[in-house]
Amino acid sequence: MSETLLSRASGARPAVIEIPAAASCLAIDDLSLRYAGQSALEGLSLRIPRHAVTAFIGPSGCGKSTLLRALNRLHDLNDEVTQSGRVLLEGEDIHGPGVAVAQLRRRVGMVFQTPNPFPMSIYENVAFGLRLQAPLKKRRRDEIIEWALVSAALWDEVKDRLHDSAWTLSGGQQQRLVIARTLAVQPEVLLLDEPASALDPISSLKIEELIRNLKSRLSVILVTHNMQQAARVSDYTAFLEGGELVEYAATDDLFTNPRLARTEDYITGRMS
Amino acid sequence: MRRWRVASRAGLPRGEGPWPWLAAGSLALSLLMLAALLLLLAGRGLGHFWPAPVELVTLDDGRQLAGQRVREERRQTLQGSPLRERLYRTGNRDLEGDAWRWVPVASIATHEHPADWAVIERQRWGELIVRPLALEENGRRLTEAPLWESFTARLARVQALRVERDALRRQVIAPLARHLAAGHEDAEAQARLAEARARVGELQAAMARDALVVESAAGERLSVPLEEMVAAWRPNAMSPLQKLAAWGANLWHFLSEGPRAANTAGGVWPAIFGTVLMVLLMSVLVTPFGVLAAVYLHEVAPQGRLTGWVRIAVRNLAGVPSIVYGVFGLGVFVYGIGGRLDEWFFADSLPSPTFGTGGLLWASLTLALLTLPVVIVATEEGLARIPAQQREAALALGATRAEMLRRVVLPMALPAMLTGVILAIARAAGEVAPLMLVGVAKLAPQVPLDGDFPYLHLERKFMHLGYHVFDVGFHSGDVEAALPLVYATALLLVGVILVLNLTAILLRHHLRMRHARLRSR
Repeated sequence: MSETLLSRASGARPAVIEIPAAASCLAIDDLSLRYAGQSALEGLSLRIPRHAVTAFIGPSGCGKSTLLRALNRLHDLNDEVTQSGRVLLEGEDIHGPGVAVAQLRRRVGMVFQTPNPFPMSIYENVAFGLRLQAPLKKRRRDEIIEWALVSAALWDEVKDRLHDSAWTLSGGQQQRLVIARTLAVQPEVLLLDEPASALDPISSLKIEELIRNLKSRLSVILVTHNMQQAARVSDYTAFLEGGELVEYAATDDLFTNPRLARTEDYITGRMS
Repeated sequence: MRRWRVASRAGLPRGEGPWPWLAAGSLALSLLMLAALLLLLAGRGLGHFWPAPVELVTLDDGRQLAGQRVREERRQTLQGSPLRERLYRTGNRDLEGDAWRWVPVASIATHEHPADWAVIERQRWGELIVRPLALEENGRRLTEAPLWESFTARLARVQALRVERDALRRQVIAPLARHLAAGHEDAEAQARLAEARARVGELQAAMARDALVVESAAGERLSVPLEEMVAAWRPNAMSPLQKLAAWGANLWHFLSEGPRAANTAGGVWPAIFGTVLMVLLMSVLVTPFGVLAAVYLHEVAPQGRLTGWVRIAVRNLAGVPSIVYGVFGLGVFVYGIGGRLDEWFFADSLPSPTFGTGGLLWASLTLALLTLPVVIVATEEGLARIPAQQREAALALGATRAEMLRRVVLPMALPAMLTGVILAIARAAGEVAPLMLVGVAKLAPQVPLDGDFPYLHLERKFMHLGYHVFDVGFHSGDVEAALPLVYATALLLVGVILVLNLTAILLRHHLRMRHARLRSR
């Protein structure tokens, strides 16, 4: 079984939907990445549409999280990672010589799998990114923080306890707080790395609703291993396997009418 | 693992063989030994301050002695027959040559507890155990009654005068004298100095007014100026409550006064102060170096073989015997740096050294060096425990590495750093060996912190409780007098370390609870 899959994989060309350059915020161009000599991503090329939710799906270890972390240069910290190819944010190479990595990460925000609020008050958590930038008047800062918490659908639950520790919140609230914290620095792209996988079903539904609402303001890239979630939330879906992009299409098309047999096998559960 | 927990909650671990019993037994044994140690120290040390009853003993041959019973011992005479002897603290060293008497129990005809015998503690020559006869004022015999109440009132007056005199000397005369010695031509200061000196003379004269005529058990009479007395009490006439008050007062004197009579009497205040100040100074010196070294090792330096070797070396440094650090401190800090400082800045006072001899600063630095590995290791472990997600979260919000360290990593590692400092304090406060080489003194009654510029005298030698135990226990002429002080000082050292550690632990607890406390609301 696996052998036939492999032979098919190396033979077939990926089926990739063409997003017009003008409608895309991020363009990934022939991106390869090796981790300690092991290939993790191989020659990926795709464009991410602006103001839409794009989901990356695929089996564990297919490289979807690795790809996500390549988009805001989190791999920079790791000396064992080598990379080739280009990632363009609004047409500008993110590895270009004039790009400050901290500035890039402000434009491309990221939320991780497990909620990771800082050991500070709720208010200070949301203010964290703001305090790293030019100092703001307190009133302006309060406004941004309220806006971020409202956008993350958390304001009503925390408005009376802004100065309590963030660790007093439930897991779902913490994850929404982390999203608010990221929104407060007003990123253009929001990367979500399995943001609901550590949460209970109700909290995860709230997060999904939030993601759908956010796309009017920014472009969202969602990594998930939950295909139902991808189908519910995203506009476009990319299926990755073994470090390669297999199929990238509008979500409805990919789930109802996959063009490649590998994709069909995966989404119908014939391999996992 | 789980079964063991359930079993232990139910009380007795069953069906698991001897291991739970062995483990519980060894814990119980350790606790027992610790309790026994503290009890011994407390019993022997604190009992010393209790006003023991004065026994008036009449021997077979009609001779009398008065003293406080200390203990009994069974000895072999030269003929081989056993002999029980009892040790009395008889005081009156200046009258009888010794303050202790061994008396064969068999030779005691009678003993009684007469209420009017008094124990009088003096500035010099130790205690008197005598019967007060009369009061004298300017050499004239008084017939005031009741004698004891009148005496204690006059003693309180003398002590009040002494407090006033000492305050005058310390706060007025010493600063003025220094002011004038510095070459200022200041007529007003000279006048004020003369006035203050005259006032001291008056106070001295007033203090010398009264004396107490007493009689010893051997029948000798003498007149003791009240000026020479520290305290006086009549143990046999005291109620238990009064004894408790006297015990508290004695304990307070022990804690708050300087030593007298070659450390065999008086208090240990300079030693307490020296110990605490040295430990605090050590903490202040070791914390920044240790934390910075750990941050560099764990966060900044590229991880490789070299950092591995550095880590191993740091851990091994913790195992170097402390006296080796003492030798290093003597060679590098005292003779090296201290000698150089003297040449550059204090050449006027050479050949007598200023910094080129042991002192508070060098002792603190030596101990800081000794405890550096502890702080580095604890901080590094704290840094390693901070989840990678917290670091990534900060970076993903646009923080640089330095901002991430300062705003997220270091605040979260704060409790671990404090753990390092706690361990350092525990290690440093008990060290004596290196201090002997780099600055501790047998007697340094002036504490190194006072009102004179620059207020904290880092070059001064200081007293230390640990060294005080050693000195009093092994280098004092009067072993019997020293023994209870050794126990009391050892107990105090344990107490001081406990207080220092508890302070740091409470601080850490406070930091840890800053968020958990909010949770329970």
